[in-house]
Parts: sequence; structure tokens; C-alpha cells
Amino acid sequence: MNVAPRLAGLVGDAVSPPLLALDHVSISYPTRDGILTAVEDVSFTLSAGERLVLLGPSGCGKSTLLRTVGGFLKPSAGEIRLHGKRIVAPGPDRMTVFQEFDQLLPWRTVLGNVRYALERGKSLPRGQAEEVARHWLTRVGLKNFVDAFPHTLSGGMKQRVAIARAFALEPALLLMDEPFAALDALTRRQMQDELLKLCEETGSTALFVTHGIDEAIRVGTRIIALTPHPGRLAASFDVLPESRVRGTAQFAELERQIQQSVFADPEAEYV
Amino acid sequence: MSDIAAPKLLRAPASQRAFAGTPWRRAVILAGFALIWELYARWLDNPLLLPTMGATLSALWSAILSGELPDRTLTSLRVLTTGYAIGVAVAAILTTLAALSRWGNEALGLLTSMFNPLPAIALLPVALLWFGVGTPSLIFVIVHSVLWPVALACHGGFLAVPPTLRMAGRNLGLSGGRFVVEILVPAAFPQILSGLRIGWAFAWRTLIAAELVFGVSARSGGLGWFIYTSRAQLETASVFAGLLTVILIGLVVEGVIFRTLTRLTVQRWGQEQA
Ligand SMILES: Nc1ncnc2c1ncn2[C@@H]1O[C@H](COP(=O)(O)OP(=O)(O)OP(=O)(O)O)[C@@H](O)[C@H]1O
Ligand SMILES: [Mg+2]
Repeated sequence: MNVAPRLAGLVGDAVSPPLLALDHVSISYPTRDGILTAVEDVSFTLSAGERLVLLGPSGCGKSTLLRTVGGFLKPSAGEIRLHGKRIVAPGPDRMTVFQEFDQLLPWRTVLGNVRYALERGKSLPRGQAEEVARHWLTRVGLKNFVDAFPHTLSGGMKQRVAIARAFALEPALLLMDEPFAALDALTRRQMQDELLKLCEETGSTALFVTHGIDEAIRVGTRIIALTPHPGRLAASFDVLPESRVRGTAQFAELERQIQQSVFADPEAEYV
Repeated sequence: MSDIAAPKLLRAPASQRAFAGTPWRRAVILAGFALIWELYARWLDNPLLLPTMGATLSALWSAILSGELPDRTLTSLRVLTTGYAIGVAVAAILTTLAALSRWGNEALGLLTSMFNPLPAIALLPVALLWFGVGTPSLIFVIVHSVLWPVALACHGGFLAVPPTLRMAGRNLGLSGGRFVVEILVPAAFPQILSGLRIGWAFAWRTLIAAELVFGVSARSGGLGWFIYTSRAQLETASVFAGLLTVILIGLVVEGVIFRTLTRLTVQRWGQEQA
């Protein structure tokens, strides 16, 4: 009696598709002067618990790729599957944290923003949504700001709300498009560390976009480097836990490796 | 993550708080106007052309006491709010369709560019043919005067909603009417509010003008009719009293209703374009 379901689970695991699979994905934009291919023939998979970082210089199609995984754009070729099912539209199973500060609803308070997302995205009743929202806002350090409107917050605090909102919905996949790019260096570091902690505590699966090698090593378990115009896969690096500590020799070594293999000019500064 | 401490707030000094608002400046300006009016009217000394402010106020007072002015005002306001409500509702339907489909978008663009420049009063003859003399004709022209500017403002507001905010909404699985009502409308509220303001001013203007044009045969006319009959009887002070009523109602709607709405919404949300 007890064995059958467990066995079924094992068999299911053996054949179960990866959490996310990109299969020869190309993405293009129609422009006035013709079709612009932003991403070309990209394939990779992502399994549960991984944090994959897409790294590449500006304009190499990182945001484009992330938006397509989010369901906001359609690939011009290939397909993207989540749990084996083709992605056709945006949904709360893939919560995106954007780079821009205007991703919060200005007419709702901090608490209202997260609560509303839970009411709509997870169909929670109001009371329960509020409870969950408070929990997550406390976890990102915003307990004292639940009743503030977004325009009264600093940029870093707005990103914290967006992060709380994304985590609160417990998505299958977290999508982050340079969420800290518009912050000052000090705040960015702090937010990277705190995000890392949240991800590890929750065992979240994430696809993270950045153009900073330093940030990629810090937050990712695996890094995929893209080349620009059009965006293609260049190289892949696994980040071991011991390489993730800033200031260690391993960190510096990995940084150097990525710099060398991805960017032709080793002197080029990539922050 | 560690808690971010709440900011400490200080109370602004009393002297600063007392003069913070604008009402007292407005009061001074108004008093200035009143003084100029009174002095000029006395100097002109021709009550048929320009009654003094005192005479106007006493005409206003007696028209209020006789019950005629409140009656006429109510009639006007009833027609006005009916037409305004219908106009805003139709505008809401049209812009929702425009936000959700390409055909709707094209249709709205074409309709507004055709009808927005058409003065409502120019439709009055057609309205009279279709609906005859009476309230329905008035409502028809008011709807026309409200519909297009409100639809134009809403539509422009929707188009200006930042793409990130749209994506944040769609990320939650929102689509269709719910996306429009819960994301686009509040996001475009500054523009919608200014559209409602413009619509209100157009409606008021159109109503008074329409009442003046065919008030001649309307038994229970509104404020426009009051102004018209007063002029016919050469009671210039009453004409001015009627105009003053029009202005006062406009001020109340703008200064109380719209101002409160602005304070409770776009100002609180930090969306007001200062
Ligand atoms: N809406 C659009 N229409 C046309 N072309 C676009 C559009 N968005 C992006 N592109 C083009 O696609 C390419 C990739 O853009 P994308 O925004 O994905 O780059 P990115 O890697 O995110 O860069 P960054 O690091 O600067 O954010 C660029 O060449 C850009 O010009
Ligand atoms: Mg980008």
C-alpha cells in the first residue's frame, strides 16, 4: 500500500522534464528598417533549486530572453517549456522583478501591492493575503513601511517590495531583470546578499539577468554568458559555494576566467 | 533582512502651516475683482449695461428667496448630471474596447478625430429634429460634448501607462476588463481626471448655451432660460445674478468635488504632474 505511490513518484522523477527548457529559441523584433534578431538559437535547461544567471554586455538580448520566458513576448522560433508545458502567456507561476522602479502600483500602499498580487495571482481571500503579505514584507525588512505609498520610498526599498511580492506568490520560477542595476554600489551589494539568503532559505529556482560578473558569481549557481548582436550562448560556468564568497582567491579566479572567455579584451571593465 | 527604521518626522512650525495652503491668496484675488467691479459699475452708472455688485447680489438674493433661481438651477443640474453620467459611461465603454482590441482602437481614434472638433451646439438642430424640444435634446448635446474629450483623455492616459506597470499587471494573470479596471484606469487616473474636468466644463457650457437657444419655447427651463428671460425683461441685474450662479456652481464643482478627488487620488499616490 505504501510502496506504490512512492514508486510512482520515483518513476515520475526519472522521466519528469526539467523545470524550464529553452529549445532553440530565437526572438526578433519587427522594426521600421526590418526584422531585428535580438536572440538567436538559445537552448538551455534549468532544474529546480538552480539559480541561473544570464550574463552579457548591454544589448545582447538578456531582457528580451527573460521577457519571453515571462510570456510577455513570443519566440520567433523554437519554444520554451515550463514543467514540459509550452509558455504562451504571462502568469503568476513566473514572477518577474523588473529593473525599473515603476513596477509597483502607485495607487496601492506597500502592503496593498503585495496583498493585491496575492489576491489576484493566488486567489487568496483578503485576510489571508494580508497575513502572507505582512510576513514577506517583514522578511525584506519593510515592517515599518507597510502603509507607505511607493512614491515615498527610496529606490532600494521599492525593489524590496517587488522582491517581497515575487517571493510571496511562491512562483515555480523567479525572473529577475537586473533588479539592482539602478541602485548605488553599496545598496546593491547588500541587496545581493539579502536576495541570496532569501533564495537559499526558500530553495527558489531563479533566472537572473545581469551585466556584472561580480553580481553573477554572487547570486548564481550557474552562469551562462551571452555574446551580443544577436544574443547567442557563449560559455557556461558552474559556481561552487566556496567561489561565492567575495574577496577569496576562488572568487577572483572565477571572475578572471569569465572575463577572459567572454570578453575578448581582458582589460575591459565590466561592472 | 534587517528592518529598515521608520523615518522620524518633525512638525513644521505653526507660522509655516498657517500660510501653507492657497485659499487665502484666492480670497484676496477675489476681493480685488469684486472691488474693481463695484467701482467701475458705479463710475459707469448705467444699470442696464453693467449693474453694480450690490445690485447683482440683491437680485440674486431675491431670486433665491422667490424660489425661482433654485428651481431653475436644479433643473439645469439634473439635465447636466444625467448627460454627464451617460457621456462618461459611453466614454468608458469605448475606451475599454479601444484598450482591448485593435479594431476598437482604430474606431475610437477615428470617431474622436471626427466628432471632437464638432461643437455640441452645432448638433442642436439635429437633436431638435430627432428628439423634439425638451430635455432629451439637451441631454443628447451634453453627451456629445462630454463623450469625446473624456474618451480622448482616457485613451491618451491608457497609452501613456509605462510598459513595466503593464507587465507587472499581466504577470499576475490579469487580462480583459479586469486589467483595464484594476491597472489601466488607476494608472491613467491623472489624465482621466483632467478629462473629466474638461468634460464637465464643456457640458456646463453646452447646457447653458442650448437653454439660451431654445429656451423660448421650453416651459420649465433651466438657468439659461432664467438668463434669457431676464434679459428680455431688461433686468440686467438678474442676468448677472444668473451668470454669477453659473460661475459659483462651476467654482464649487472645481474647488470642492474635483479638488477633493485629486487630493484623495493622484496626490496621495504621488502621480500628480507638478
Ligand atoms: N521593443 C524593441 N523593439 C525593437 N528592438 C528592441 C526592442 N527591445 C530591445 N530591442 C533590441 O534588442 C536587442 C536586445 O535588447 P535587450 O533589451 O534584450 O538587451 P539587454 O541585454 O537587456 O541590454 P541591457 O543590459 O542594456 O538591459 C537590442 O539590440 C535592442 O536594441
Ligand atoms: Mg536589459
